[in-house]
Amino acid sequence: MVKTIDLRTPLSSENVLSLRAGDFVSISGSLITGRDKIHKYLAEHRPGKKDIPFELSGAILYHCGPLIRKTEAGYKIISAGPTTSMRVEMYEASVIKEYNLKGIIGKGGMGEKTLSALKENACVYFQAIGGAAVYLAERIKKVLGVWKLDEFGPAEAMWHLETEGFPAIVTMDAHGNNIHKDIENMSFKKFSELIGENN
Amino acid sequence: MLKLRDGVVELYKKVATSLPPDIEAAMRSALLQEAAGSSAQSSLSIILENIKTARETGRPLCQDTGIPVFFIKIPVGLSQLALKHTILDATRIATEKIPLRANAVDIITEKNSGDNTGAGFPVIYFEESQTSALTIELMLKGAGSENAGQIYKLPDESLNAQRDIEGIRKCVLDTVQKAQGKGCPPYIIGVGVGGAKDQVTRLSKEQLIRKLTDTNKIDELALLEKRLLSEINNLGIGPMGLGGASTAIGVKIGANHRHPASYFVDVSLSCWANRRGRLIW
Repeated sequence: MVKTIDLRTPLSSENVLSLRAGDFVSISGSLITGRDKIHKYLAEHRPGKKDIPFELSGAILYHCGPLIRKTEAGYKIISAGPTTSMRVEMYEASVIKEYNLKGIIGKGGMGEKTLSALKENACVYFQAIGGAAVYLAERIKKVLGVWKLDEFGPAEAMWHLETEGFPAIVTMDAHGNNIHKDIENMSFKKFSELIGENN
Repeated sequence: MLKLRDGVVELYKKVATSLPPDIEAAMRSALLQEAAGSSAQSSLSIILENIKTARETGRPLCQDTGIPVFFIKIPVGLSQLALKHTILDATRIATEKIPLRANAVDIITEKNSGDNTGAGFPVIYFEESQTSALTIELMLKGAGSENAGQIYKLPDESLNAQRDIEGIRKCVLDTVQKAQGKGCPPYIIGVGVGGAKDQVTRLSKEQLIRKLTDTNKIDELALLEKRLLSEINNLGIGPMGLGGASTAIGVKIGANHRHPASYFVDVSLSCWANRRGRLIW
């Protein structure tokens, strides 16, 4: 059995610094979603603490545009897997710094700018399993709130979710390790061999 | 066409909530290839559990219910326009009922239409059929993998890709190397080769509705499909791009005649959740 580290939000810098790329984690507490429009908005408008209805300091930002249904009993999460993180690379470093985020969950990894920001701000990137959206939604227990719903629509709004046992893998840590880059370098070697053999 | 409309709503439901048997079987075989305790093994196990839960609970297996893409073979005499309206109605109902995530966004106002209809949304391709049956193929094409697709004009000096089978092969390897884990591997890869830019993008997408177990009628392309599948899996990108043996579970190539001046190669990637289904009416 693979060892899994239990994490509870908010995360402290100590929590973050103890994590290493390759660790399997199980996250409980709250997740805040944010994808393309939220990142553009945060980076361009820099809304202050009082403008955002949830605490972002120490929070984990989840790159996710959930499928949500509004019912009489409130919002119900149907499916909620990660979206591709690289699309917000141009914003993420400044967002991490400005709002003191301690974790990012997404898929596919991020670039050099974000990797440096993880190191400078003691933050960590978790890879969630792309497409495992029902499995992950079952680990989201409650919708606690939402921001920018009317302006950005349900897929792009910032949702405040309560989770229990959300599985992820640390793939970019606060010490400069980056599994995505390692795999890319390794596969590039193979790729170059394959491309080169008929030259 | 009320009954047909309900049939299309049902097709949406089936496609959004259950994976075709050939894809699921390939994912099960992929799991057996991965090392015990690896992130590849863990990811694939969770994916397989997700597939099961989605089917049992009737919930869309991915929150990105994609761009709906229809490939329709329409019998002589049936109106395309009427059928298009039936599909639009079915799309609105399916979005509300299943539900699907509303994904159609106006690029000027940035407003989401809320019902998955809009300019060119869903994508509908018609072709007249030789039989009396109406065949509707639906694919829900996830956007993470859609973004990872590429188009090439051969020759391409940076890849040393010339206008031949080897050139096509290099383009496909290049697309997968660039995509890494961003589009949710293991991938299903569709390739379209030919002389008109719009045609090859359609052709590459159409390859994604082929069964993984079929064999290309053109021997040279059948060989290339097999070779590419093995080479791509040697890249070691693996499930979710975290390393491993299964980077792709299928490569399918289609070709059109080309103009002497042109040689386009379009590569379409599908995430493992290659959601497709067929309705025959």
